[in-house]
Amino acid sequence: MNAEQARASLASTFGVEVAAGVPLVVTVAPERWEALARYAKDTVGCRFFNFLTAVDWKEQGLEVVARVDNLDENVALMLKTKLGPGVTRCASLTPVYRGANWMERECFDMFGIRFDGHPDMRRILLEDTWEGHPLLKSYAVDTPHPPYR
Amino acid sequence: MLDVNNTTRVEMDWSGPERLQMNMGPQHPSAHGVFRAIVTLEGETVVAVDAVIGYLHRCHEKLSETLTYAQYPSIASKTDYVAAMTSEFAYVLAAEEIGKFEVPKRAQYLRVIVAELQRIASHLLWLGTWCMDMGGALGGGATIFLYCIRERELVLDLFESLVGARLLYGFFQVGGTRYDIPDGWAQACRETIALIDSRIDEYEEMLEDNAFFLARTQGVGTVSRELAQDVGIAGPLLRGSGVDFDIRKNVPYSSYGDFDFSVPVETAGDCYARYKVRMAEFRQAIAIVRQALDTLPAGPISSRPALKSVAQIRIPKGEAYARVEGPRGEVGSYIISDGSAKPYRMKWRGASFSNLSILPLIIPGHKVADVVAIMGSVDPVFGEVDR
Amino acid sequence: MNLVALPPWAPSVIAGFVVLNVVIGIVTYITLLERKFAARMQSRIGPYRVGPHGLLQPIADALKLMMKEDIVPTAADRRIYNLAPIVFLIPCMLIFATIPFAPGLGVADLNIGILFFLAVSSMEIVGLFMAGWGSNNKYALLSAMRAVNQIISYDLPFIFSALIPVLLTGSLKLGDVAAAQQGSLLKWFVFYPVIGQLSFIMFIVATLAAENRVPFDILEAESELVAGFRVEYSGMKFALIQLGEYAHIIGSSFLGALLFLGAWSGPGPEWLGPVWFCLKMVFMFLVVTWIRWSFVRIRVDQILALSWKVLMPATLVLLISTAIVVVWRTSAGF
Repeated sequence: MNAEQARASLASTFGVEVAAGVPLVVTVAPERWEALARYAKDTVGCRFFNFLTAVDWKEQGLEVVARVDNLDENVALMLKTKLGPGVTRCASLTPVYRGANWMERECFDMFGIRFDGHPDMRRILLEDTWEGHPLLKSYAVDTPHPPYR
Repeated sequence: MLDVNNTTRVEMDWSGPERLQMNMGPQHPSAHGVFRAIVTLEGETVVAVDAVIGYLHRCHEKLSETLTYAQYPSIASKTDYVAAMTSEFAYVLAAEEIGKFEVPKRAQYLRVIVAELQRIASHLLWLGTWCMDMGGALGGGATIFLYCIRERELVLDLFESLVGARLLYGFFQVGGTRYDIPDGWAQACRETIALIDSRIDEYEEMLEDNAFFLARTQGVGTVSRELAQDVGIAGPLLRGSGVDFDIRKNVPYSSYGDFDFSVPVETAGDCYARYKVRMAEFRQAIAIVRQALDTLPAGPISSRPALKSVAQIRIPKGEAYARVEGPRGEVGSYIISDGSAKPYRMKWRGASFSNLSILPLIIPGHKVADVVAIMGSVDPVFGEVDR
Repeated sequence: MNLVALPPWAPSVIAGFVVLNVVIGIVTYITLLERKFAARMQSRIGPYRVGPHGLLQPIADALKLMMKEDIVPTAADRRIYNLAPIVFLIPCMLIFATIPFAPGLGVADLNIGILFFLAVSSMEIVGLFMAGWGSNNKYALLSAMRAVNQIISYDLPFIFSALIPVLLTGSLKLGDVAAAQQGSLLKWFVFYPVIGQLSFIMFIVATLAAENRVPFDILEAESELVAGFRVEYSGMKFALIQLGEYAHIIGSSFLGALLFLGAWSGPGPEWLGPVWFCLKMVFMFLVVTWIRWSFVRIRVDQILALSWKVLMPATLVLLISTAIVVVWRTSAGF
């Protein structure tokens, strides 16, 4: 379906406001995260998995952001979900998109979010013995870690 | 995982299939950088691959939160250091999209010229190193590697006279470009790409008639159309699997719509298809550079020249994801800004990170020798994988 | 005047000593030739600074290897690991025993010359496997397994294609094979109608595989196995292995020049014969080197497929047809 139809159907299925524009931004509650991804892939036709990341909004908690594209119809979809303050668990998108595998490992590595249903939840960029999650706002840029500094 | 404390003699058991875990990397003549692949072998066939990355992780995303929009573009080139121009491109495009800055036409054309020259240089390095992996550093592969490096040096000479640096440039800035082309550069550029055009003919002749080359690349590392999209690989890998998607054509940026070029697509999905896509991209890049040089408009090169302080560029609150078609695929930059001179959150969508994640899915079933052939055709650059 | 009667075995010993030293000298300088040749193919110059035009480079390399530290891995099987380079080197040197460099000038022109050559040259696989096994290194072991596979597969085509000139001569003695090609250019076996050219090409292919040269060098495949079975050797042991490999290549080149290119036949006086022989050997070596620096390597299963499905039947058919042709020619009287 094209961008307008996608916008309308997403708004109606998930009961959220979807503003017009490129990309279409859809924010849902964490419980409907996997359902949203599945809907985007099967119904909207966004089969291209672009990336998945997280943002640390300090007191408001973490937010997981993913972007998927429908390459044939040129529809770009930005999926967002706000995990509440202090929440570090989220559903995994690996059953839906295989590309989410490494992206979610990176989120775990950098933010500490554990994805339920991920086949291989371990750090990817940092070594296994690293303590802390660097991209959190509470992690200072010059935090020492042995054997460095 | 390997038990590094328990290295004993290698036991060979003839009573059944014996699985051998072999470590390739991170110091390895064909690792394309620092990459560790723990391969599980059954005889000569690979059964599983565990890709360990992160040896080059510098946490660019945290670094960008401490640098302003004027400071970061020079650092951005260190992600994909082989195609540094396209890395910077993504970042400044995202910043300009949030701030709604106008980029003058001349700057847009200059950006296009430089990006396409960078594509040529990057593909030359890809061809040389891939053939070297398949042919041996003391063998036929080294011959074509040296030929490609000879051509790449010509392009790097052009960049040196333009920017002053050969590998990591600071050419892009928010609002336009930092330098203008000097006198005589356009003529030198035309001569260089004419020479490269004729040399590409030579390489195609050398390689495509060679039965050994075809035997090593055809049918190896096939990626299906559906898998390619599901994992999110982009660029020549996607187009080699039959998906006709090129950001320059489908979502044009920076006046790419003004140029007449075609997008090569192959359906086989194997290493040979990806090779053909990249060879065709050489020709298209040369055509684009010629058109851009012929129609280069006069005018300013930046809408925000003469920076007086590093914190001068302030971008209003907002977020944007800007993508460019780099030589390796889609390089994207997702910036969330909070109104200050530094981004609140910056995410690099590295082309090689997504491309590399396909290795554990397609290598099992191939022989050990195919691991290097496939990795070479995926063409990872570890600055982009680890950021 | 008979000062001291030399014991009967003295000439052979002296000849052997001379040949060994000359071979080592040739091996050192042929590496320089290869490097210069390869460099010119790649639009660069090659060794240039050590001595005039790099002529002292091999000496410098030899000195460097002699002065390097001899590292033995802790977990290696010491006896096998230390013996392997020697077991590898001995067959590679022994093959020079039966090659006559001029009529009557050789160490031992055995009646079964070529059989001795082929049998001894396939014994180096033992040394190779010992090196791979004794290093206790997965890369070395993988490479040794591949080597056994490859050399076993290519030995038979090698033998068959080397036997074709033997059939055409009617004698296993290398001196006779060379003598049969004297006289005119067209008597060289490579110019024998059809059979000569085909068998020469098959000989080159089989020789490339037996010497582990690109495109059949999967066992050392630097980009995958990082020097293969040699990976744990350093210093003088590595030098011995290199010596053995290049000696084998030179020996096979001599054999090829003798079997197909007429050995010492060439224009000019008789004493120029050995010079021509050496020049033909260098030509064979350069053909091998030229192939090495032009092609990528093929995978192990493709190599084995090439041997068993293509080369073996082809050489077998060629051998049988040579036999038929020879019998027909003798019976028809020409």
